[in-house]
Amino acid sequence: MNSNIELKDHQRELYYFKLRLMIATGFVLLLFFLLFLRFFYLQVLQHEHYRTLAENNRISIVPIVPNRGLILDHNGVVLAHNYSAYTLEITPSKVDDLEVLINQLANVVEITPKDRKRFRKLMEESKNVESLPIRTRLNDVEVARFAVNHFRFPGVEIKARLFRHYPLGEMTSHAIGYISRINDDDLEWLEEKGELANYRGSDYIGKTGIEQSYETQLHGKTGFEQVEIDANGRAVRTLSRIPPVSGDNLLLTLDARLQEFAEKAFGNYRGALVAIEPSSGGVLAFVSKPGFDPNLFVDGIDPQNWDTLNNSLDKPLTDRALHGQYPPGSTFKPFLALAGLELNKRNPQYTINDPGYFTLPGSSHRYRDWKTGGHGVVDLHKSLVVSCDSYYYSLAYDLGIDNIHSFISKFGLGQKTGIDIEGEGLGLLPSQEWKSKRFKEKWYAGDTVSVGIGQGYNLVTPLQLANATAILANNGIAFRPHLVRYTQDSKTNQLKIIPSEVLYNINFKPGNLTLIQQALVDVTGPGGTAARAGANSAYPIAGKTGTAQVVALKQNEKFIESQVNERQRDHALFIAYAPADNPQIALAVLVENGGHGAATAAPLARQVLDFYLLGKRPHSLIPAPDAKQEADD
Amino acid sequence: MIKRLWHYLTAHIDGFLLGTVCLLMLLGLFVLYSATGPNLTKTSNQFASMLIALAVIWAVSNIPPQHLLRLSLPMYALGIVLLIAVALFGDVVNGARRWLHIGVTRIQPAEVMKIAVPLMLAWYFDKHETALRLRNYVVATLLLLVPVALIARQPDLGTAILIAASGFYVLFLAGLSWRIMLSFLVLGLASLPVLWTVLRDYQRQRILTLLDPSTDPLGAGYHTIQSTIAVGSGGVTGKGWLNGTQSHLEFLPERHTDFVFAVFSEEFGLLGNLLLLVLYVLVIGRGLVIASDASTLFTRLMAGAITLTFFTSAFVNMGMVSGILPVVGVPLPLVSYGGTALVTICLGFGILMSIHTHKKLVKT
Repeated sequence: MNSNIELKDHQRELYYFKLRLMIATGFVLLLFFLLFLRFFYLQVLQHEHYRTLAENNRISIVPIVPNRGLILDHNGVVLAHNYSAYTLEITPSKVDDLEVLINQLANVVEITPKDRKRFRKLMEESKNVESLPIRTRLNDVEVARFAVNHFRFPGVEIKARLFRHYPLGEMTSHAIGYISRINDDDLEWLEEKGELANYRGSDYIGKTGIEQSYETQLHGKTGFEQVEIDANGRAVRTLSRIPPVSGDNLLLTLDARLQEFAEKAFGNYRGALVAIEPSSGGVLAFVSKPGFDPNLFVDGIDPQNWDTLNNSLDKPLTDRALHGQYPPGSTFKPFLALAGLELNKRNPQYTINDPGYFTLPGSSHRYRDWKTGGHGVVDLHKSLVVSCDSYYYSLAYDLGIDNIHSFISKFGLGQKTGIDIEGEGLGLLPSQEWKSKRFKEKWYAGDTVSVGIGQGYNLVTPLQLANATAILANNGIAFRPHLVRYTQDSKTNQLKIIPSEVLYNINFKPGNLTLIQQALVDVTGPGGTAARAGANSAYPIAGKTGTAQVVALKQNEKFIESQVNERQRDHALFIAYAPADNPQIALAVLVENGGHGAATAAPLARQVLDFYLLGKRPHSLIPAPDAKQEADD
Repeated sequence: MIKRLWHYLTAHIDGFLLGTVCLLMLLGLFVLYSATGPNLTKTSNQFASMLIALAVIWAVSNIPPQHLLRLSLPMYALGIVLLIAVALFGDVVNGARRWLHIGVTRIQPAEVMKIAVPLMLAWYFDKHETALRLRNYVVATLLLLVPVALIARQPDLGTAILIAASGFYVLFLAGLSWRIMLSFLVLGLASLPVLWTVLRDYQRQRILTLLDPSTDPLGAGYHTIQSTIAVGSGGVTGKGWLNGTQSHLEFLPERHTDFVFAVFSEEFGLLGNLLLLVLYVLVIGRGLVIASDASTLFTRLMAGAITLTFFTSAFVNMGMVSGILPVVGVPLPLVSYGGTALVTICLGFGILMSIHTHKKLVKT
């Protein structure tokens, strides 16, 4: 009985299995029949169409690289453009012995050892099979000579290509940056962004500066052409064409004339200058001295030039304005003074009697004022005008490091400003937490005292300093600093503004800010540390000098500038905005090893301000290094 | 004596299946020789792989199905462990983490799973044969989804699809109710619009490209466009062996592996394709007959799944080359270049022969 049921079940199960197997068989036959129909469609009905495509004229899809967008300054001066030139290119995969080939080529077209080195470097960097240039910018005679001998060199082609050129060269190297050949890292980045197909045929990509951060806008959209080519690979006719869309032009906030002027004003000094329009955050000038010629990088830099730039003691490849980090020196004082007022640790009437030094309670260590013997009775206003160190030693001590850290942070020091180019330095605004994390050490009161005059652990970038100055000039409203104001559609020429972005508003008590601003105006007036730089100005200038120590001094040691190695001299700093009653420009100047801020940085800033606000060119650019009357610190 | 040796050697061989498989391999050798350049080294490499594969058929056909039954669980467990090991320590080749270093050589554990997964599922159903409940189907589905998910995230979409298919065939042949299959289908279709809104723009773009290659002729659509041209230009009789222009002018990518069918189609035309389809139908038909005749649930399910998976691989490959299916990395079985896949497929045929011949022996 039992086994009977099982047997029945078994048979029923087998029946269902076979039914399903039949269904599967039908499914197999149906799908194979569909495949056959597809083959029939392709190979019989559409055969002529595909035969044309494949057999007579093999179809080829050629990417058309879009023109890269131009970069123009505020007034329309071209900072980056493209020009067409012939290059001689080798496809290494089609060549047996490269050395022999290049030697033979050298008989036809001049090939320098530099070209050979650069070519070898390109070979190492690019793994793909595309063609690489052995010579760029061929003249007409060379093109003709090669064309006649072309048949002897399979795998070598003359190509017309667009080249990037930076007319101002060194002047704009750091802000504009440069493009160069796409390498493996770039490919990875493109793949991540899903942009790889759009870069078929593109050889170049922005590597630094604006060229890098606005790559997407500048590059444009690659078009393509379906061409029929014959057995020799020659295009016979175009089947269809989707034109490329050129990249957007960029219109900057930068003023090229101001940039050029500021650059030249540095003379042989190294340093940085950043000028910002306070009411928008637009960067007017962005100088890092020395620069380098970005045009060298476009075709792939040759090893000799690279070594020269890379090993130079002057570090021309370092963007000092963006990620050079320096102690702010006394330019720190206005911000600290404001902290004192806002946090009720000081009032305008409060005075100290400055003996020329400051000591911590219960300690004999003397923190010296720059002026031996001291400044006498000093209130807040005077402390800024004469840059009294002792006042700030004691103020910093009274505030405490964490108050300083949290208040000054509002000015963006020790943090990235968010400017629209990459590679910003962080700077450093120390705090107890930072020190215990970084050094696993306790914070000492003495550390705070040094911070008071912008020394100690303090580090800022020139960009941060200029940004903080702009915030001060703008009554506490902080904009994101930026270099690009408009993008311009290359076809319609329509301008699209990139709106200025208000980051935040520090709501100071109005009286406090006015006090600081007034004191800064008096810094450039008679008796102020920058009196000489501010003399006979047609407009009021608010400013503050600063000097950043490069080497630490021992107790009782006196710093004598003339006796110190040039590279160990102090850095000179100056921050300013003008006209003080209606600020149109705020700037920070840093002159490396320039000595006192009043001696080099302040006069340089004055020239830049005069040029920008009055269009004036003073006769002598570089100040005489003689400023005993108005030394600060 | 010779007679006895002959008998010993062929006792477990299914002559019809072996014959059609060998014909397909032979066809494969011809087209490979053309597709590789012509290149004799690669062709003889593949020939060597074929000899190994035939030896595998012979060896496996001699293992009685009961022994295979016992191997199911350990093989599946080992496969899962290896897949997890790949996910943790695997080598990345061409952006996918598929290979595992063991001692001197590298293995691709996903290949093992092509056999281990249907084996495991067939074993599982066989074990619970007397009282199959919904519960059993749920467990079986989970047993299937774990390796499929591991392989899909390597990513190796082609192998994941084949393994998912093989598991589904076991479920289907074991009698998964139509109602459940239908409701999953409806659920899947209904969730598509929701999924679409969740996807990011570039992901949508990729799917659109799969559906219409002409939207991205430089990127993902390139393969399909070129292979369709190759197939279409072949016409009825083809351009002749070694005369395919699409292949020999290097327009076709991957032309000796996943796209070898394009070369075949271009050179041998519609008639060649028909021959290929017929050979595949013969192999598949024989496999289904073996499944139908098998004596236990385990052998039935196993034979059916192996055969239908073989079909899936052939169909998906020819479908993608001729432009009706999206491009996923599935080789043309017995024809595409590559020793590992060949051996795995022949392992399956060995099992088929074992199932068929051992049953006979039991009967007589």
